[in-house]
Formats: sequence, C-alpha cells, structure tokens
Amino acid sequence: MTDKQPPRGTVTAGNGARAVSPAVPRPGRRSTDWRKLLEITLLAGPAIVVFVSFVIFPVVLAGYYGFFRWKGFGPATDFVGFDNYLIILQDSAFHDVLRHNGFILVLSLVIQGPIAIILALLLNQRIRGRSLIRVLIFIPYIISEVIVGIGWGLMLQTSGSVNGLLESVGLGALQRDWLSDPSLAIWSLMVIISWKYIGFAVILFLAGLQSIPDELFEAAAIDGASYWQIQRTITLPLLGPTVRIWAFLSIIGSLQLFDLVFIIWGQYVASTAGTSTMATYMVANGRTSGNFGYGSAVAVVMFLISLVIALIYQRFVLSRDTAGALTEGKK
Amino acid sequence: MAVLEAPTRPRAKRPLRERQEWGSPATYFIAFVFIALCLGPVIYIVLGGFRDNSQITNSPAGFPNPWNFDNYAEVLASRTFWQQVGNSAIAGIATTLGVVTLGLMASFILARYTFAGRGAMYSLFAAGLMFPMTVAITPLYILVRELGLMNSLAGVILPQIAFGLPVTIIILVPFLKAIPNELEEAAAIDGTSRLGFFFRMVVPLSLPGVVTTGILAFVASWNSYLLPLFILSDQASYTLPLGVQAFASQYSVDTAKVLAFTSLSMIPALIFFTLFERRIVGGLTGAVKG
Repeated sequence: MTDKQPPRGTVTAGNGARAVSPAVPRPGRRSTDWRKLLEITLLAGPAIVVFVSFVIFPVVLAGYYGFFRWKGFGPATDFVGFDNYLIILQDSAFHDVLRHNGFILVLSLVIQGPIAIILALLLNQRIRGRSLIRVLIFIPYIISEVIVGIGWGLMLQTSGSVNGLLESVGLGALQRDWLSDPSLAIWSLMVIISWKYIGFAVILFLAGLQSIPDELFEAAAIDGASYWQIQRTITLPLLGPTVRIWAFLSIIGSLQLFDLVFIIWGQYVASTAGTSTMATYMVANGRTSGNFGYGSAVAVVMFLISLVIALIYQRFVLSRDTAGALTEGKK
Repeated sequence: MAVLEAPTRPRAKRPLRERQEWGSPATYFIAFVFIALCLGPVIYIVLGGFRDNSQITNSPAGFPNPWNFDNYAEVLASRTFWQQVGNSAIAGIATTLGVVTLGLMASFILARYTFAGRGAMYSLFAAGLMFPMTVAITPLYILVRELGLMNSLAGVILPQIAFGLPVTIIILVPFLKAIPNELEEAAAIDGTSRLGFFFRMVVPLSLPGVVTTGILAFVASWNSYLLPLFILSDQASYTLPLGVQAFASQYSVDTAKVLAFTSLSMIPALIFFTLFERRIVGGLTGAVKG
C-alpha cells in the first residue's frame, strides 16, 4: 500500500474519490505518514486477509484446478488443459441446466416484478396496519431455504396437502404430481421461488416509493392528474432505480440457485424433473462424484457467466443510477 | 376525461388525508389475500406439527383434531435438536462478531482515510457482493480441508465472515462518512489520536449500523445451508439446517415429527426478525440503494 501524500497531509489523494481529510494539521508530519500507514494496515488488514483468503483465493484455485483431472487428494498432476471445459460445453446435461437457469432468471423477473410493483403501490397508500403487513409479507424471505424446501416439498408431494385441498374442494381432477412431472416441476419451483422472494421485492419497492417526495404527488394532484396518471408519470419513473437494482439482485440469485432445488428434488431427481441448475450440476458432478477438477471447471464457467451478465447489466442498465454503490472508485 | 373534474376538489389538503386513512376495502382485501398466501405454508408447517401421522394421511390439508403435543415435546426433549441449536448459535454468534469487528475496522479506513488504493480497496469488497458463496464452494471446500478445519465450526465461520464482509462494508461506509468532521477535529484538538477517535467516538456512534449488519450476518449464518453441507459431515457438528434436512430424510415416514422439528427450528430466526424488523428491512434496502 503506497502512501504518496503531499506534504501537508490534508490533500485528497488522486483517485477522485470524495474523501474526508483531517482538517487539523497534525504535529510531526513525517511520523504522521508512517503512523497512518500503520493504522490502515492494522484496521483494514484483517478484513483484507480474511476476504482474500476465503473469497478471492478459492476463485483463483478453481481456475487452477479446472485444468486438471483431479480426485481431490494429493497434488493435482494430471493436467488436461481445456478438456474439462470442452466436456462441460458439450454435455447435454449442462445445456439443460443452462436452459433451466435462463428460464428461472426470466420468469423470476416477469412474475415477481409486476406483482411486487402493484402490491407496493397498493400498500403505499395510507392504510391501517401497514407496518404489521410489512412484517408479515417479509416472513417467507427470512425463513431458511431448508425449511421452505421441506415445507413445500411435503405440501406438493403426490399425497400432500395441495392435492388434498384440491380433493376436498371438489377439484380432484386437478391433482398432479407437482414435483416429479417434468412439464410441471419447474413451474412448481417458480411458485416456490416467487413465494419466497417476492416479499423482498415488495419491501424494496416500498422503501423506494417512500423516498419519493410527497410534494411531487401534491403538485400533480393540484394540476389535476388522476391517480393512475400520477403512478404512470411520476411514481414508476422515480421507482426505476430501485427496480433496476432489484432486477440485478434477482438475476444474480437466479444464476446461483441451489438450496431449494437440492433440498426438494435431491441431486439426481432434479435433472429428470427438469429443475436442475448450474449449481446442482456442479455439486453432483464435482464433489458428489469426487471429480474436483471437473467441479472446479464448472465453478469457473458459472463464475464467468455471472460475471459477464453482471458487467453487461451494470454497463448498460445500472450505469445511469449507481454512481455510488458498486462503481465507486472506478469512475 | 375524468381528470378535468379533479381541480375542484384539491387532494393536497392534509385534512382530507386523515379522512382517507382507512383506504378502500379493495386494498385491504388484496393485502389480506397476499398475506394469507405468504403465511399459508408457514401455518401448514406449524399446525402440521400438532397433528399425528394418521390425521395427515387421511386429510393432508386439515386442521389438528385433536391437538397433539407429543411431536413438539419429543423434539424439545431430544439431545440432537439442542446440540444443533447450540452449533447454529455458536456459528451465528462467532460469524456476527467477526463480520462486525473486521467490517467496522475496514469501513473506518475506507470512510475516513485518504490514501492511494482506497478506491481499489472499496471495489474489491464491493465486487464480492456480486458473487455469493455458490461459485466458490468447491475450492473453498478444498481450502478448508487443507487447513484441517473439516467438521469444525471454524471451517464454517471463517468463510462466512469473509463472505459477509461486502454487505457489511457497503452498509457501514456511508454510515461512518456521515459522522461530522468537526467531531474528529475536536477530538484531535483534545489530543485524541485517530485510533482513539475510532474506539471512543466511531464505535459508539456507529452502533445502529453495526446492529443492522450484525443481525443480517446472524440470520444469514443461521439459515446457511450450502457451506455446512460441504464442511460438516459429522452429525455432532451439524447446524440446524443440516439437522432439519437429515431429520426429514431419516424420519421421512413420520411427517408430523418432521413438521414439528422444522417449525421449532425456524423460531429463533422469526423471533430475531420480529424484534429487529425495522433494522433488517432498513439495512437491506440501505445496502441495495448504496
């Protein structure tokens, strides 16, 4: 970490970030310099060490092991070049998981987005019990994936409560194998995903709506705009940044989806039911079958796909509104 | 258009708002339906624990009749359950302390020091936000194994701290930036060093932000599944999510007991959430909006 500070010790560094500089000149400026360096190392050092060892290093390791046929023990010696990657790209099971991930990604946005916006608009009105409502709709999000998976798995199984409910209200003809019928399973998964994560979207949008100044609505109302005109011309455009960030989180989440699928469908059934994802493919073909080199290569492919999509999204969609969060320092 | 009528009764007046406070019945109806959909499965799990297996088989969607407390009592009396609660608590508390301590120290540097590489450091942590643990899990497993931390909670805690840092730092940096410069100057005039300023002023002043990030870290750790699945293979070291799943496959015929076990395991997270709802929601939305 270099510290090229001009002599006064009060001028901002050259990276253009708006930094807070101590306005009071400190006694003994030369000692200030190394002292500051020491403080930076002491305070930021541990976080950087832990972060680099357990986040960055594993990703680099994956890149390394991806080039080997390796069973996970001893040093990796069987160098196979890009073979693992060729196998991945030619494996029809991998094409399936890509399709599933894409399907989940698009449908998550299409299902949750509009519903969550409408609900947020509704709940943003002055109604009684709004804070209680906020707590209740957030509960699915706070419950762990394991519990959600087991609960929904039991409800949707052939002899489960959903079929039982259909039977008891006289709709027995609609009973299905919600989890094992390949044409239905992924829709069941979409229902579960929407159920689990839509509360998060609603809460985000509500927060976004509440940050729009009241004066705008009042001015529009004075000018004679109707409720729906106000929503269309003021609320939705101003909610844009929140929606775009939510969509980003949803996309990344869809690409990483693992827990729910793994718990409900298990590692092998998932592929026949048509719900397998890149992550379950990675676990099934990597750790479970002991092919750590191959699993690492799958991880690298997943990483690259997520990275490319994230960068494209940031470049073309988010660049307008995140002049802070993820791009600070790179301006 | 109907709009033309509007100016005659301006909506901007405050008193009107108060009269409107109850809103339209349709809004309540939609809100009610939505909440029922959100809570239905949770209620199914909780009530299912109060039934017995023959009730569940005969009428999968019915109510407990009669109420049966044996399942809950059995789970509460089992050692396995409490051992898993203990493991989850240890992992959660250690992760929270680690994330908060390291995150607060690094955020202080990022928020209040000026140095070359500051932007790069921020980007490094912010980039971590884009990549959840899933992509790194295979090599992470290898790394933890090389460190000899398999089957130990430390093998779960350390990576969780590392992966919790990005959110923590992104929430805390704006928080620390908002501490007025005058305070730091006053402290400097009084002869306090910058480290002294950190411990005496920053730590207490940033407490609300710290609590938010701490709760987020705790709930994430309490619910985490993938990492423990890879690292903990010995039943004695299982955390609750692993325990719940193992229980569910071991007693797959005893649905009622599985439901009782499952609903008991979600109670701590729910209590935490209701106590700190405002902070969790505020923290999440704050993090997202940068």
